[in-house]
Amino acid sequence: MELYKLTIHEAHEKLVSKEISAREFTESVFSRIDKVEDKVRSYLTLTKEIAFGQAEKVDRKIASGEKIGPLAGIPAAIKDVMCVEGVRTTCGSKILENYVPVYTSTAAKNLLNEGIIMTGKTNMDEFAMGSSTENSRFFPTRNPWDLERVPGGSSGGSATAVAAGEAIFSLGSDTGGSIRQPAALCGIVGMKPTYGLVSRYGLVAFASSLDQIGPFTKDVRDCAITLNYLIGHDPLDSTSVKIDKPDYTKALSDDLKGVKIGVPRELMVEGIDPKVREAVENALEVFGKSGAIVAETSLPNLDYALSAYYIIAPAEASSNLARFDGVRYGYRVPGTEDLMDMYMLTRAEGFGDEVKRRIMLGTYALSAGYYEAYYGQAQKVRTLIIRDFNRAFEEFDVLVSPTSPTTAFKIGEKIDDPLQMYLSDICTIPVNLAGLPAISVPCGMVDELPVGLHIIGKTLGEEMLLKVAYSFEQNFGWNEKPAL
Amino acid sequence: MEYESVIGLEIHVELDTESKMFCNCSTRFGEEPNTQTCPVCLGLPGSLPVANEKAIEYVIKSGLAIGCDISLYSQFHRKNYFYPDMPKNYQISQYDLPLCINGHVDLDMDDYETRIGVTRIHLEEDTGKLIHVGGAGRIAGAEYSLVDFNRAGVPLMEIVSEPDIRTPEEAKVYAQKLRAILISLGVSDCSMEKGSMRVDANVSIRPKGSTEFGVKTELKNLNSFRSLQRALTYEIERQKKALEEGEVIVQETRHWDESKNRTSILRTKEYAHDYRYFPDPDLVPMQFDSSWIESLKAEIPELPDERKQRFIRRFGLPAHDANLLTATKAMGDFFEEAVSIYAGDPKAISNWILGDLSYYLNTENLEIDESAITPKHIVEMLKLIDNGTISGKIAKEIFPEMFETGKMPQAIVEERGMTQISGEDEIAKIIDTVLAENAAVVQEYREGKERAFGFLVGQAMRLTKGRANPQLVNKLLREKL
Amino acid sequence: MAISEKDVKHVGWLARLALNDAEIRKFTQQLGVILEHAGKIAGLDTENVPPTSHAIPLKNVLREDKLGVCLTPEAALLNAPEKENQAFVVPKIV
Repeated sequence: MELYKLTIHEAHEKLVSKEISAREFTESVFSRIDKVEDKVRSYLTLTKEIAFGQAEKVDRKIASGEKIGPLAGIPAAIKDVMCVEGVRTTCGSKILENYVPVYTSTAAKNLLNEGIIMTGKTNMDEFAMGSSTENSRFFPTRNPWDLERVPGGSSGGSATAVAAGEAIFSLGSDTGGSIRQPAALCGIVGMKPTYGLVSRYGLVAFASSLDQIGPFTKDVRDCAITLNYLIGHDPLDSTSVKIDKPDYTKALSDDLKGVKIGVPRELMVEGIDPKVREAVENALEVFGKSGAIVAETSLPNLDYALSAYYIIAPAEASSNLARFDGVRYGYRVPGTEDLMDMYMLTRAEGFGDEVKRRIMLGTYALSAGYYEAYYGQAQKVRTLIIRDFNRAFEEFDVLVSPTSPTTAFKIGEKIDDPLQMYLSDICTIPVNLAGLPAISVPCGMVDELPVGLHIIGKTLGEEMLLKVAYSFEQNFGWNEKPAL
Repeated sequence: MEYESVIGLEIHVELDTESKMFCNCSTRFGEEPNTQTCPVCLGLPGSLPVANEKAIEYVIKSGLAIGCDISLYSQFHRKNYFYPDMPKNYQISQYDLPLCINGHVDLDMDDYETRIGVTRIHLEEDTGKLIHVGGAGRIAGAEYSLVDFNRAGVPLMEIVSEPDIRTPEEAKVYAQKLRAILISLGVSDCSMEKGSMRVDANVSIRPKGSTEFGVKTELKNLNSFRSLQRALTYEIERQKKALEEGEVIVQETRHWDESKNRTSILRTKEYAHDYRYFPDPDLVPMQFDSSWIESLKAEIPELPDERKQRFIRRFGLPAHDANLLTATKAMGDFFEEAVSIYAGDPKAISNWILGDLSYYLNTENLEIDESAITPKHIVEMLKLIDNGTISGKIAKEIFPEMFETGKMPQAIVEERGMTQISGEDEIAKIIDTVLAENAAVVQEYREGKERAFGFLVGQAMRLTKGRANPQLVNKLLREKL
Repeated sequence: MAISEKDVKHVGWLARLALNDAEIRKFTQQLGVILEHAGKIAGLDTENVPPTSHAIPLKNVLREDKLGVCLTPEAALLNAPEKENQAFVVPKIV
């Protein structure tokens, strides 16, 4: 078996038993990268040298008989929106094309401390704004299942790296579905934890109240393992929650007796491709077999989630992205007359159209005379959505829906129609507004493209969420891989 | 027409915390450029703020000290605008939920008292420093500018007054009083020179008796209490003249030029700022319980008003003296230290502090704790007067040297041979000389002209360059005559 | 509440984005479509509904007033597009 095909838990056993070395494992992944990267283009930066240095360290540890953690020696990719000291971090933007951070994000640090092998930084929609990775200022990433199609986004490169075997797992960030939607479109597992569970320190902010880091993995067990090391209170992030760290792998069980699963009507109707809906409905049958109770429910305010999101997220973004001004770091347009010229031209050249659209949208929504109608109202709608979820969770343990209303679409298909692109996130966005955890697990194929099942948990209900996802995965028994 | 001026002050005070508002960089002043920065205060991508507890305590204490209502629920907002001294191009500040609201400062203006309302006190972060290269260091005409972010992120408290101030003098007294209060609290050193206290003034005028507000201008670059008072005086006159000549006042920001003694337009309001305030999603709200506020209240030390009352009560000072002595913490401390080592009348100490010492401090533009004269100087001088070594007149004569050099009065008196002549024999000899030289006057005296006596005393003082003990001269002269 | 070309120009200025005429036209159209969709929320009755700025209701996350390690000036200025005398250089401001 080719080593790059291993999961984290499979590889860990082989590393501990010295059946394989971290070096061999890393070599396998990099030779896979050599083979498929030209087609898929997952990476913006490869960190081969660093990776082999890390592998050597892990191998020395194993050789000396030291105990290693489950992530030690596991090749992993990091979305290029998380800072890693000394490694170029672009956020997919021209404005940060040559930016080299002087510090490492807490999430990446947590994993690096566990001994992961960093393969590189992955491609993404510029500043995580997009649902197709076409908004990368460098190049689009292609879906390993069909190279003419998008991998989803914004964490497209992190999804394809795992789906194409160019990394064993990866990190992404999810502001409105940027982990779950590409996971669905690439046929892998992707999770957005509860807001505040994973530190945002060092994650270049898109929309601060919605952003959350999470893993892409090949299966739910790997997701639980990764989550174990990703989370933890960080004094550097004021929004980081303090909890006793559970061992999420202990929650994995396929017995769902008595578990109540709600299906929000609002996420199953309008705009959902009928074939996708059918695939999800078929998948729900599986839950019945494991003893869960599935019932329809209604969260009426979810109909307003997309509207609220496209005010709140751009508003925060317009402020977060103000710092990219050519003064302290990043691109500066040369030879300008004065400061105003420098600002205006640097930002006009440095940012792509989607980023500009959202900055302008957010600036408009916050500006004098419009604040109450847009931003103020959107924040109130956010309250209504949270209330809807709270009510639903009084009755249900988890809620389910399709992750994405469609399977992977053609490159270029929606690029000139921002609103159509935004609709890709219609099922995932409400979760970010409410700060909830959610996961996408593969639930079959439509026209030879993977479909994702979206499971939404309660605040800090990761254990139940993973249990339901694991049970589904075990009972559904889907195991297709793209032919690359 | 008779006008009255309407003045409101916005006072920014850098808080004296160890670390910055949202990161743990040092707040030290005057270090090499960009040596006190980190990802947070440089606004590097991905960095996040965490609020400094001490700074919040300091603001609440300041609020308590001036009778504010403390908000039990408060929040930080982002104030969005582009400027190169601001690392994130937004300033973390407060908007509709400031830490303190509705306070007041009472002013004792000697012949009347007045209360100045304080609208709010909020907490924000300071900006970096710009150094303009070329154009004589001024922003206008500079070729380019340098940015130093050492100051970026230092906790900054903004105290906004109501437009209750009516004269430039009141403005000065209000600012000085706030400064005294904040220094007593230990929340800031309030140095206008270092920029840890910065005053902006809004001023308009209106016909006396009117309750409507005129169009206001905002004055910047008021780097001392003196410039605050002078700039306001100038600006009020400028506005009066403009109105009298039928011009309209334009809402604008004006720059005070101390050397030219005038204000000039910095910018007009044509491009109204749109700060797009919104709650900072990176910082969570603050909710305080009243017992915590109470515990902060208990930590508040004696404030200038209480001190003033104590000075009146304990030292028997007139209210006027007590008011002036407690106008700054340093002056009050000076006075108290002097009193503690002097057995005589505290009023004598007060007289010297408020008289000669204040005169020389003003001339040199110094604060009392910056001068070479210490309480020991004043007390030693008083003791020399009390034991007859020098006269009050001599004391006044030696004061400038003491002020300039910091030499102790005893030493100066000895060096300059200015001790009082109190030996009876010595004075008797001098009187003999005077009598011999002024036979005609002596004759007049004996004929009953009392005025002649004064002349003879004066001659004795002249011969001794004022060092003769005047009581002895009087006594011996009577005897001899 | 349709957004006009003038609005887009003004917003571009507030956000410091230089826009040419073609871009102004394009963005006016695109933002118009998005805002129309976003405008759906205007009709919702939100009287007495408090706004949510943070999905997870944490409070009083404060730090002790303690010093930490600063960056070296070299690190602080590592990515500076232009520097001089250990400071960041910006073109003339006025």
